[in-house]
Amino acid sequence: MTKKKPNKPRKQGNHKAITFGRIIKTGGQNFIRNASLSIAAVAVMIITLSIILFSYIANATFAHTIQQIEDKIDVSVYLKDSVTEERRDQLISDIKNMGNIRSVEYVSKERALEEYKAANNDDIDLLLAISQTDNPLFALLRIKPYDVDRIDGIRDYAEKPEIKELQADETSYSGDRKEAIDNITNSTRLLQRIGIIGVIVFAIVSVLIILNTIQMAIFNRREELKIMRLLGASTWYIRGPFIVESILYGVVAAIVSVSLCEALLSVPQVTLSTSSFGLLDITYAGEFFSQRLWSILTLQLLVGIIIGAASSFIATHRYLKFKTSK
Amino acid sequence: MILLDRVTKVYSRTNTALDRISLHVEPREFVIIVGASGAGKSTLLKLLTKEEKPTSGKIVVGGLDYDKLRDKDIPLVRRKIGVVFQDFKLLPNKNVFENVSFALEIVGYGNREIAHTVPKVLDIVGLKGKEKRMTGELSGGERQRVAIARAVVRQPKILIADEPTGNLDPKYAWEIIKILEKINHYGTTVILTTHNQDIVNKLKRRVITISDGRVVSDRANARYNNEDSK
Ligand SMILES: Nc1ncnc2c1ncn2[C@@H]1O[C@H](COP(=O)(O)OP(=O)(O)OP(=O)(O)O)[C@@H](O)[C@H]1O
Ligand SMILES: [Mg+2]
Repeated sequence: MTKKKPNKPRKQGNHKAITFGRIIKTGGQNFIRNASLSIAAVAVMIITLSIILFSYIANATFAHTIQQIEDKIDVSVYLKDSVTEERRDQLISDIKNMGNIRSVEYVSKERALEEYKAANNDDIDLLLAISQTDNPLFALLRIKPYDVDRIDGIRDYAEKPEIKELQADETSYSGDRKEAIDNITNSTRLLQRIGIIGVIVFAIVSVLIILNTIQMAIFNRREELKIMRLLGASTWYIRGPFIVESILYGVVAAIVSVSLCEALLSVPQVTLSTSSFGLLDITYAGEFFSQRLWSILTLQLLVGIIIGAASSFIATHRYLKFKTSK
Repeated sequence: MILLDRVTKVYSRTNTALDRISLHVEPREFVIIVGASGAGKSTLLKLLTKEEKPTSGKIVVGGLDYDKLRDKDIPLVRRKIGVVFQDFKLLPNKNVFENVSFALEIVGYGNREIAHTVPKVLDIVGLKGKEKRMTGELSGGERQRVAIARAVVRQPKILIADEPTGNLDPKYAWEIIKILEKINHYGTTVILTTHNQDIVNKLKRRVITISDGRVVSDRANARYNNEDSK
């Protein structure tokens, strides 16, 4: 018989490490042994994490599209040839001090000509005509605002008489297309706003769905929890493996959802652009995703792990209580 | 070792499981509790493990007043008591070996001690070679023996065995009883409930009879006739 040995006192430090190891081992074991339940939980997490990921990428892509459109909006102030270098520098610094100015670029007559040639390089006749004469173009200041909606401030400034007299030509807003640009910007803005709300709503719903799924999985195993309790296991020794198991759900789900996204974005782009009605700049979405692959994966892992761990923490709580009422 | 003073347990207004039970069990004693089905035997044992709380009355086990016990001390108390549950309460996600080793893990035994102790105990209860079976694949008698192995493996100060032989044939039943006697011999207080009069009569130990939640007799070296309590 083994019972002759009296209970020996246990070594403390060692004990913690062993316990920790056992919690992890048991969690992994349960993950495998409860395969059918695990698969259901992982599937739910994959779907929810993928939805969060897709809406995040779509959102970033909209933001990018808007940025691109706004970048193209500028105000050109054409300077008379007689404007001196000092006056010009003075003007540039005055404009910069106006507020809402992202950049002021000085384009010399020569640069302006080059740009013009580049822009019309398929029109041989025009190019020929231009090369015959002296440079007919004016030097200009190309002003980009931060906030396109407040572009009128720049216009008003340019209309002031003392500024007006320096100008060789009407101020140009890139202007004549402003209305069209406004329309695009507004609709994309709206979409982006919907996107942000979408991401938030999806995230909240996902958390609730995952919490619910894990709660159900643990409800199915409440007897197990109660038995461990009766045998005198500590709270963490009971709860630990469940948390490890849920973390594994999160890890698997994060990896799968990122792979899924990767696979989808590498589908021939024509197909995708068509199916998203051209609203999504798929090329950019692909770039955005592959450039940030590792941080996105890390983020997804973190989200999966945190939601998984928190859910099982909450879900185990009620089955670990002691009967304290008389 | 165990002291109950006018302990009453009322589950609901119409259901009084225990009615002012008072009894005292010395350390190293071997006590048999008998009584008809529904008499309150399991309820009494559940109070000792704090699975249930008494409605009134005082319970002191191993010098600990259960009224003064804080929640976080309950696991520590339970670790000192080995329990063979009437419904076994095996862990479904674990195999035979793991079910038994779990009892040692939670008190912090090392892997080497576990590898040393568990096979011996499984051998004693006749489960050698079935270590890797999941508990769902076991017969009723085998499950019962896992439950017994789990309860005795850490040599508790108190062993509570709620009908540990209910599903066993006479040969195994007697084997199990011999294990209980042995563990009692080495200093464990044993409380056994059973409906088996052969066992009671062969053991020649203190017998407490419960009927409708009351102690109706408490005699040393008593005999027991199953028919009496019906
Ligand atoms: N959890 C519970 N809730 C309500 N009533 C209960 C509960 N457990 C037991 N009872 C009732 O308390 C009484 C005593 O039950 P108990 O399980 O203690 O009987 P027992 O002596 O162990 O019977 P058996 O020999 O069949 O195991 C019974 O009337 C039973 O219905
Ligand atoms: Mg009973």
